Amino acid sequence: MIPVAFDYEVAESVDHAIELLGQHGEDAKLIAGGHSLIPIMRLRLAAPSVLIDLDRLDDLNYVRDEGDHLAIGAMTRHRDVHYNELVREHCGILGYTAGLLGDPSVQHRGTLGGTLAHGDPAGDMPSVISALEGTIVVKGPDGERTVGASDFFKDYLFTDLDEQEVVTEVRVPKLSSDTGWSYKKFSRRSQDWAIVGVAAVVEKSNGNIDSARIGLTSMGSTPIRATATEQALSGASPDQVAEAANSADEGTSPGTDDAASAEFRRHLARVWTRRAIEEALNR
Amino acid sequence: MQVKVNGVTYEHEVEPRLLLVHYLREVLNLTGTMVGCNTSNCGACTVLLGEESVKSCTMFAVQADGREITTVQGIAENGDWHPMQTAFHENHALQCGYCTPGMIMASISMLKENPDPSEEEIREALEGNYCRCTGYENIVKAVQQAAGQSA
Repeated sequence: MIPVAFDYEVAESVDHAIELLGQHGEDAKLIAGGHSLIPIMRLRLAAPSVLIDLDRLDDLNYVRDEGDHLAIGAMTRHRDVHYNELVREHCGILGYTAGLLGDPSVQHRGTLGGTLAHGDPAGDMPSVISALEGTIVVKGPDGERTVGASDFFKDYLFTDLDEQEVVTEVRVPKLSSDTGWSYKKFSRRSQDWAIVGVAAVVEKSNGNIDSARIGLTSMGSTPIRATATEQALSGASPDQVAEAANSADEGTSPGTDDAASAEFRRHLARVWTRRAIEEALNR
Repeated sequence: MQVKVNGVTYEHEVEPRLLLVHYLREVLNLTGTMVGCNTSNCGACTVLLGEESVKSCTMFAVQADGREITTVQGIAENGDWHPMQTAFHENHALQCGYCTPGMIMASISMLKENPDPSEEEIREALEGNYCRCTGYENIVKAVQQAAGQSA
């Protein structure tokens, strides 16, 4: 359980990290909190020849109120996201989910940018950011660009990031008082990956549903939106939720593994989507 | 790298792939910090980075360069146990003792963040520290006692 030997570089700034990525080529890997990367390096499922450490980039640890959205630095630790007052006030689902990842010691190291860049469809944060329709800011040698969550996650552990790009910021909308939310995670033990997770962000008006956005965890090779359920919920009343949730697994492609069969995952997606929407309506 | 561990500054040249837990145990001979699962689940290797609990199996030693680390062997003062150690002792919050160093460090970090935790909050904050002997009851009682003392 010892990683393959590698060279270690400390990035002094984002530009320095980009420069180092260019210098070391495709075998170099960025490390943020390391709580996805180090375990897979120890298992030798990953063996980068150079690690470029973003750990010292404290200027990427922030939460800013930008009017209609919050801007969160990519190196903001999950624990800091969890406790942040702005996040609690304006984007409860994000703070709640940050407090759900791993455990406090993991949250002290793990970062918001890191978990998105890792692009694990079994990760909780990617589906939450998808349901929020968040934006990921990335910087490369040619400057900065922004990528919507739906374009960012390409495939299993594969994102829109180019080889020389770094995630610098994540933007999420400020939710109004008419917006309910829920993140439901089904797993066997407290720290396990989600067998299925459901992130629901529901716009309410006069007791009915105006619109809903639902992100699913572990239901395919990327975080997936439950678009059929979203369409069925547009303008729906609360008594139509159960029926709408029955189409939550439409268009998904869950896998079978030791934890659950694909069929069971589909069942869970339908059940937990209903429960997530019901909770969002009451929150 | 230069690192302050339990108040003592050390300078070593290490391989980048050396994990912090192995640096503590094998280079500094601080074997109070345990190796458990190796995959950041069990919490046996928990130490403080600054004031925050981290799992030393999931951090490279070089990442601690310029930082301050506290292990279970650095919390007693002038030969007097830390209140958390006393509370674990008095509540018989251990049997085999393997998880205890990690439990104590995670509990100290928890009380820093939340000085007056409910029983449920204690259980949640220790979800990343496994104990296979006690069933956790006495561990929770110990943390409650320590919280009372420091409040």
